[in-house]
Amino acid sequence: MTESTMKAPKKALRPVKWMRENLFSGWFNTVLTLGVAYLLVTSVGPLLNWFFLDANFVGSDPSACTGAGACWLFISQRLNFFIYGFYPDELQWRVDVMFLLLAVSFVPQFIERFPGRKWLGLFGIFGLPIVGYFLIPGGSFGLEEVQSSKWGGLMLTLILAYIGIIASLPIGILLALGRRSEMPIIRGICVVFIEVWRAVPLITVLFMASVMLPLFLPEGVNFEKLARALIGITLWQSAYMAEVIRGGLQAIPRGQYEAADALGLGYWRKMGLVILPQALKMVIPGIVNTFISLFKDTTLVLIIGLFDILGTVQSTVTDPAWQNVAIEGYVFVAFCFWVFCFGISRYSQNLERKLDTGHKT
Amino acid sequence: MQTPPKDQPGKKPGIIRVEGMHKWYGDFHVLKDLNLTVDQGERIVICGPSGSGKSTFIRCINRLEEHQQGKIIVDGIELTDDVRHIDTVRREVGMVFQHFNLFPHLTVLENCCLSPIWVRKTPRKEAEASAMEYLERVKIPDQANKFPGQLSGGQQQRVAIARALCMKPKIMLFDEPTSALDPEMIKEVLDVMIELAGSGMTMLCVTHEMGFAKTVADRVIFMDGGEIVEQAPPHEFFTNPQEARTQKFLQQILAH
Repeated sequence: MTESTMKAPKKALRPVKWMRENLFSGWFNTVLTLGVAYLLVTSVGPLLNWFFLDANFVGSDPSACTGAGACWLFISQRLNFFIYGFYPDELQWRVDVMFLLLAVSFVPQFIERFPGRKWLGLFGIFGLPIVGYFLIPGGSFGLEEVQSSKWGGLMLTLILAYIGIIASLPIGILLALGRRSEMPIIRGICVVFIEVWRAVPLITVLFMASVMLPLFLPEGVNFEKLARALIGITLWQSAYMAEVIRGGLQAIPRGQYEAADALGLGYWRKMGLVILPQALKMVIPGIVNTFISLFKDTTLVLIIGLFDILGTVQSTVTDPAWQNVAIEGYVFVAFCFWVFCFGISRYSQNLERKLDTGHKT
Repeated sequence: MQTPPKDQPGKKPGIIRVEGMHKWYGDFHVLKDLNLTVDQGERIVICGPSGSGKSTFIRCINRLEEHQQGKIIVDGIELTDDVRHIDTVRREVGMVFQHFNLFPHLTVLENCCLSPIWVRKTPRKEAEASAMEYLERVKIPDQANKFPGQLSGGQQQRVAIARALCMKPKIMLFDEPTSALDPEMIKEVLDVMIELAGSGMTMLCVTHEMGFAKTVADRVIFMDGGEIVEQAPPHEFFTNPQEARTQKFLQQILAH
């Protein structure tokens, strides 16, 4: 049995040899290599200096920012505002509880063998919005009321994105099923809904929800502005979601529908047990893409006067007490968005791998 | 039209009754005036050239295809647009497809238990035990926890047969069950079908496996151009076909 014990030949990985083969294999490659090396040396150094070496991290007021680099002091000093908006300091523990619950629900999803992570995930999807519904605005269970006009920063961004994501998926599924229904009335309603919402820019939807709608409805408490924005975002997002899911439904072979029919499953069980699990799995990349783009689109609520994380930063960088901190502010916002979007993306790759039952045909 | 006499006690006559059935695809007349009565426990093989409508015909029996004229009565229930009747009939009629159509996201065992649990409301434990019995019957109990994508074609088709049997159907329809298989896997599937035929199951089988027809069929039906051209017990059918079209077909498939 010598053959079965033979190992695949190892590739020699000697750095000098590798460089000669890949970086300096001809005059053209050599020029390119040197050019890129020059760019790296000249740009990475200053960036590094700006970000870390010449940056100011400690101090308590703008005057401490004396170095040539970034003034990260600005971020740390105003972090409270960027995260909580105008939420009262003494009540911020309620938001902290929500952050903690969010982390407890979703961080374990990355750890393969975490006990009970399925339940944590289910809590994250169904329980978390309910807890948040009572905890964040307060006004019940003896909690002091905090009006939604005081919500802001990262917390508001997460609320908008989270509810938009969680509510748009089921609505999108129903719309996609409706659009493929054999009943002409249901199909017609779904087609009109999808085509109308999808053809309108989100900024218009938000504007209509906050400015136009109150003209027709009596203006109530301020909470309703946020609620209207949420409904607008959710419906707009679900139209996109529906089309992504419809793509998955159409990719399922007819034989699967027929096999489910032949077993007498009936419409809802056929869809819920056989077709949707396969279709959704197939379009995970598309769904996640839509989620990520919604996450970033929530910044548009700025135009209807809601201060999400970008809004809070933008309003602070113009503060005359702090000079030239706009770059630091926007870098911080970009970093926050990147962390969450990258997290969503990694989780989806995780999910795809886990759900792969090797049936690609 | 003659039906071979069935005199065993307890056999329901006419479990499937097709009367003057027509079907069109748009303007194309696929099935023309089909009449057929199948008694319980009868094993019927339907053969014919491709495009003759034989698959369409058995797909009408559990209404995967709609017929436009005539009657199809399965186990006393007429197939109409009424969805409840359709689902009732489908519960009693198992079907095996040419391309297996197993659910790729579920394991073999889950494939088998899905319908018993959700439609028949069998408790999970019971459904799994019963599924294992059927998987043993088709000789692949050891694959129960694999996914369909990990099995060979022959194994997948045997799982598909077990999945249909788990609903404890009164009738089994086979739509060219061996046509998509590699030659060396055909026998393992046919063996399972022969065993099933021996157990007294009512079977309608569209197939080109004439050996199978000779071994187990009570009646062989020959279809061409959407019509039933001839039907006879296998011995008669193969040795003394009456119609010219049947003779030509038999010459073609038995020649090589």
